[in-house]
Amino acid sequence: MINLTIDNKPVQVEEGTTILKAARKAGIHIPTLCHYELKGMKLENRPGGCRVCVVEVKGRRNLAPACATDCMEGMEVFTHSARVVNARRTVVELILSDHPADCLTCAKSGECELQSLAQYLGIRDIPFKGEQSHYRADFSPSIVRDMDKCIMCRRCETMCNKFQTVGALSGVNRGFKAVVAPAFEQDLQDSPCTFCGQCVMACPVGALTEVDHTRQVINAINDPKKTVVVQTAPAVRVALGEEFGMQPGEIVTGKMAAALRRLGFDYVFDTDFAADLTIMEEGTELLGRISKAMAGDKSVRLPILTSCCPGWVNFFEHNFPDMLDVPSTAKSPQQMFGAITKSYWAQKMGLKREDIVCVSIMPCVAKKYECQRDEFKVDGNPDVDYSLTTRELARFIKQYNLNLKDLPVEDFDSPLGQSTGAAVIFGTTGGVIEAATRTAYEVFTGKKLDKVDFTELRGMEGIRDAHVDFNGTDIHIGIAHGLSNARRLLEMVRNGEAQFHAIEVMACPGGCVGGAGQPYHHGNTEIIQKRADALYREDAGKPIRKSHENPDIQTLYKEFLGEPCGHLSHELLHTHYFDRTDKVVIEGK
Amino acid sequence: MAIIKLSEDKVRVIKDICASFGNKSGEIINVLHQVQGRFGYLSAEVQEEVAHELNMSVAKVYGIVSFYSFFTMQPKGEHPIDVCLGTACYVRGAEKVLDAFSRQLNVKIGECTPDGKFSLNTLRCVGACGLAPVAMIGDKVYGRLTPDMIPGIIAEYNN
Repeated sequence: MINLTIDNKPVQVEEGTTILKAARKAGIHIPTLCHYELKGMKLENRPGGCRVCVVEVKGRRNLAPACATDCMEGMEVFTHSARVVNARRTVVELILSDHPADCLTCAKSGECELQSLAQYLGIRDIPFKGEQSHYRADFSPSIVRDMDKCIMCRRCETMCNKFQTVGALSGVNRGFKAVVAPAFEQDLQDSPCTFCGQCVMACPVGALTEVDHTRQVINAINDPKKTVVVQTAPAVRVALGEEFGMQPGEIVTGKMAAALRRLGFDYVFDTDFAADLTIMEEGTELLGRISKAMAGDKSVRLPILTSCCPGWVNFFEHNFPDMLDVPSTAKSPQQMFGAITKSYWAQKMGLKREDIVCVSIMPCVAKKYECQRDEFKVDGNPDVDYSLTTRELARFIKQYNLNLKDLPVEDFDSPLGQSTGAAVIFGTTGGVIEAATRTAYEVFTGKKLDKVDFTELRGMEGIRDAHVDFNGTDIHIGIAHGLSNARRLLEMVRNGEAQFHAIEVMACPGGCVGGAGQPYHHGNTEIIQKRADALYREDAGKPIRKSHENPDIQTLYKEFLGEPCGHLSHELLHTHYFDRTDKVVIEGK
Repeated sequence: MAIIKLSEDKVRVIKDICASFGNKSGEIINVLHQVQGRFGYLSAEVQEEVAHELNMSVAKVYGIVSFYSFFTMQPKGEHPIDVCLGTACYVRGAEKVLDAFSRQLNVKIGECTPDGKFSLNTLRCVGACGLAPVAMIGDKVYGRLTPDMIPGIIAEYNN
């Protein structure tokens, strides 16, 4: 152990602890900007580049960056001496001198860490006037890059390369021209970007934001010819409240339904309905593959990989082209919902496909890309027209002078609004596979489960590995969240180092609860944990907790689809994947 | 998905260079030095192939290429022309010599002629100050240059 004093307060820390962490342990606040940490998820960005966290160390000539300086025995650290405070202000003034002062119209305003730092330091004037950097704005289906606002904290680069191992972004060029960009400064859309959006979540300023589709949705709602249907993903209901001053993990399902109705959506449905449907399809596919494999069929590919997460789907299309037949062919709940809405429900209601606008509320920015994929369109008309993030919905609600807190608790509309506890937990890591296990167990064994909670599948470890006893048959399940973990797990499978029956992958930390469309958590993983806990609470309180027992799902199969994985299901609810790797081909061949 | 077109022998050269460094991503700078040594510059296609061989992202490779001024993505001509702008050459009229090359070839500094024959660049001092102003074409040094000599020199290479 190392003993030191910070602001004259004695602190004892383990060797290798940074001054920043020691100060936090002692309850002393040191402002930071480039530093970004996902606690408990082995991710820390500390390039020591912004110099906002500088502190004075007695006997040391220079100020030291607290995030990148280890504590030493007997150190005397001062975090707010006159020298430190002056230096800190100058540093922020210099950053501001090359940052557009357009806070009034910036999408990050109110959530911007540079803005709050400028306020915290009481900066009222930017004394340095000089050249400002300008870059071409880059609009992808999910993410907007406005690099004029980039402060080179490199958080996005760390998320993209270390946490996700996507490798779409890198620091390029040098000096004043340095910026974070894809290779050859091409558009994000032409890079291996998965649109997971964790760069957006990590960006402290407005350089990376989601594409805003709120206006298109408002126009659709106000178009009398259109019937506008909305679906809400499970993770939204445990995070939306944060935008209205509620605690992380407060469940606002009923208030959210009320808000959506008041915003003018004609039908307020639930993606959870489609999550139950996903379990029917994916679960049947899983059992089919397992039974065939057990019967000795060597052509069957195991493990089956979940395919609900669009960031993950993009990732394996870019990185595992040799394994495209391994993931489940089941569409994601968002897309299943769209497909059923514009077929089964449209028929039921006597509506034409073109007259229905299907909107989704997602904790995700990759969903914006997913709903624009060509294979999810019929004659150019998408199954899901627009996908809004939790943040966009919160802004939308506020714009319409509604306060979520004051709204009554209402139900979703029928029939695409009914769901089970199994569907609710889709929003957290381990949830999809637990939901699938509940159904697969009962179908496989023919027995009723005594206890539907599979706690061995829960948790926040990046890679988890669990065995479930299917009445004497051992089912081996793998779970990963964060694409670096998914890559490790898949490489183990590819190299034959591990045998699994099923693997669940979610791209974002903690699953959809930590999705990039959620209210900004600024690296506080406790918020993610609280949202996940809330989903399990919501599940526990549901009268029906197994997807196959959802009566409206049963009706859907009886009236329309026939059997899970049947002919119509394949047409509407299943998809295929593409090889999106860069190919080096020999010229002239 | 991008399709990167490269000739077979280029791919071979890149593979060999990468293999000689054990295909280690930590050797990226050495690999890029050698590859540029062979091709004169690092095209986007070449960077893609290097990234592929060293199992790293193209963005990272480009990050390195764009950071170090030694690396260039501008093609070099068959006969790269480097006009010295060191102090001795400069005071003896190197700028006029540079202008003459630029006019004669109709290219700007850093550019390559459309036929790929000549590229024009500048450098600082080749250690032949006694011959100032100096230019190099490939490995050959030309000294005591005046603008009116340039068309003749270019003609040597065009024949």
